[in-house]
Amino acid sequence: MSSSLSETGHGAASREGSGPPARVVPRWRRSLRPYLLIVPALLLTGGILYPFGLGLYYTLFDFAASKPQPDMVGLENYRRIFSESSFWDSARVTVLYAVGAAAVETVLGVGVALLLHRSTLVGRVLEKILILPLMIAPVIAAIMWKLMLQPSVGVVNHLLKPFGMGGVQWTDTPAGALLSSIAVDVWVYTPFVAILALAGLRSLPTSPFEAAAVDGAGWWFTFRKLTLPMLWPYVLVAVIFRFMDSLKVFDIIYALTEGGPGDSTVVLQIRAYLEAIRFQRYSFGISYMIVLWAVVYLVTMVLVRYLGKIQNRAAEVPK
Amino acid sequence: MKRGVRGKLIAVAADGALILYFVFALFPIAWMIILSLKPANELFSTYFSFTPTLDSYQTVLGAGSDEGVPFLRFFVNSLVVSLGAVGLSLVIGLPAAYAAARWRFRGSENLMFTLLSFRFAPELTVIIPLFVLYQQLGLFDTYLGMIWVLQLVTLPLIVWIMRSYFSDLSPELEQAALLDGYTRKQAFFKVALPLVKPGIAAVSLLAFIFAWNNFVFPLILTSSEAQTVTVGALSFLGGDRPKYNLTAAAALVSVIPPLLLALTIQRYLVRGLSFGAVKS
Repeated sequence: MSSSLSETGHGAASREGSGPPARVVPRWRRSLRPYLLIVPALLLTGGILYPFGLGLYYTLFDFAASKPQPDMVGLENYRRIFSESSFWDSARVTVLYAVGAAAVETVLGVGVALLLHRSTLVGRVLEKILILPLMIAPVIAAIMWKLMLQPSVGVVNHLLKPFGMGGVQWTDTPAGALLSSIAVDVWVYTPFVAILALAGLRSLPTSPFEAAAVDGAGWWFTFRKLTLPMLWPYVLVAVIFRFMDSLKVFDIIYALTEGGPGDSTVVLQIRAYLEAIRFQRYSFGISYMIVLWAVVYLVTMVLVRYLGKIQNRAAEVPK
Repeated sequence: MKRGVRGKLIAVAADGALILYFVFALFPIAWMIILSLKPANELFSTYFSFTPTLDSYQTVLGAGSDEGVPFLRFFVNSLVVSLGAVGLSLVIGLPAAYAAARWRFRGSENLMFTLLSFRFAPELTVIIPLFVLYQQLGLFDTYLGMIWVLQLVTLPLIVWIMRSYFSDLSPELEQAALLDGYTRKQAFFKVALPLVKPGIAAVSLLAFIFAWNNFVFPLILTSSEAQTVTVGALSFLGGDRPKYNLTAAAALVSVIPPLLLALTIQRYLVRGLSFGAVKS
């Protein structure tokens, strides 16, 4: 993904032996060198892939705290997942959350970036603190909002009282709980989109805009025909990161609603946590995660390919 | 540029919209400060007017606090595991990033993409097997166990971003050094590394922040000895009477290190946040 947006020049002119080194290193040792450099990283990667492989292996059993001597059950765990309505409920909530959060963050983030790009005095001051919510641990952010959204003593309802909305049950209704979780996500991650979009805006070439101004193009026309297409690759990087991350949301929901009320905000990672850690059905819980992992992997592949196409199109924008 | 009354109105409206967003962004932080300064007896009876006190901070940070939550210890734990994780990732990641930037070789792209997929993998896929494995290996609730698993967070970040920094560096500098009789190793340590020092500093701080902010790993892989602030801050919410002032104080104490560090690396954030995909 990186190498497409920011062309890396690796390997370009970096062959050794282009000059006479003081000590002649045998050729076989030189060709071995990059491999030696990545050996530690490979070992560590292996150390992380091993538990992943182990997890995959576990899903073929019925390993649980109540069943320490597990039996091989083949693909039974997966069959069960897809036949249970709780999986489809979780999948629906997860998609709603991810699409909702990513959409709001994109629109709001790009909006904030456009406003900051005007570089007014107010904007320059505020830009310096744009990053703050993003650096707060999502779980802490959720705790903060939980205190503020408490229906009877929380400050949000207190501030809404003059508008006749003093009794909103923020996290106690299914729809409210989902919307509140998305709101916390938006609070934390809008700066992420805004920062990337702002970097994009600042790197756009100025000549097309000057030409448009000379031709008397209106603001909306310039925005739709010039700014947005050229900015799109940057926004898309942000959207991909946000969408993928919210598909595996855990912290915010764990701290804000614990999946409740009822099962209304049990997203896939929360479901896997409940199954594997709380009910100690290890195999079944991991199976959930493998399914989510596969989905995330596929979506990433599709989006990365789409990113390449978008970039090619952006490159064709007249300069 | 022509700017009539209408233009001015638009300018004011734009600034107003911006201020509105920042009120939304900053109010929760301000409110936590207010909550943390409230005395316990005024916690639920007032909103904005009260006699400020530092009692909450004393209780939260006090060694033998009557709440029974060793928060100071969690703070030290967060510090140790985050520093350890970043240190290990630097030692392992810098050579790998350099190799991936300077040589095209079989496996390098595979390694890079495997690392990137760690960034997007749902954490629980690895944690649940690790939870079982750590119990057997005695790594459960230890610093070493946490530092190991946090590599999932810090290593991909450091390798990807440092590769982009090394790639930006003209190879001619190192070649000149090689011509002068430097060995490859010397060229790396004396030429390449000093030139990417700002990048290393920035990515280390960012990796530290992400390690510090992690919640899932300590939640499942620690219980008391190696527990960190992100999990610890939740403990004040439990019990029959949630202690809002203590929770707010704990939340603020836990966000201070990342916030301070973030303000020092503003310039480098864009590349860091996008894994090198966007440069500013």
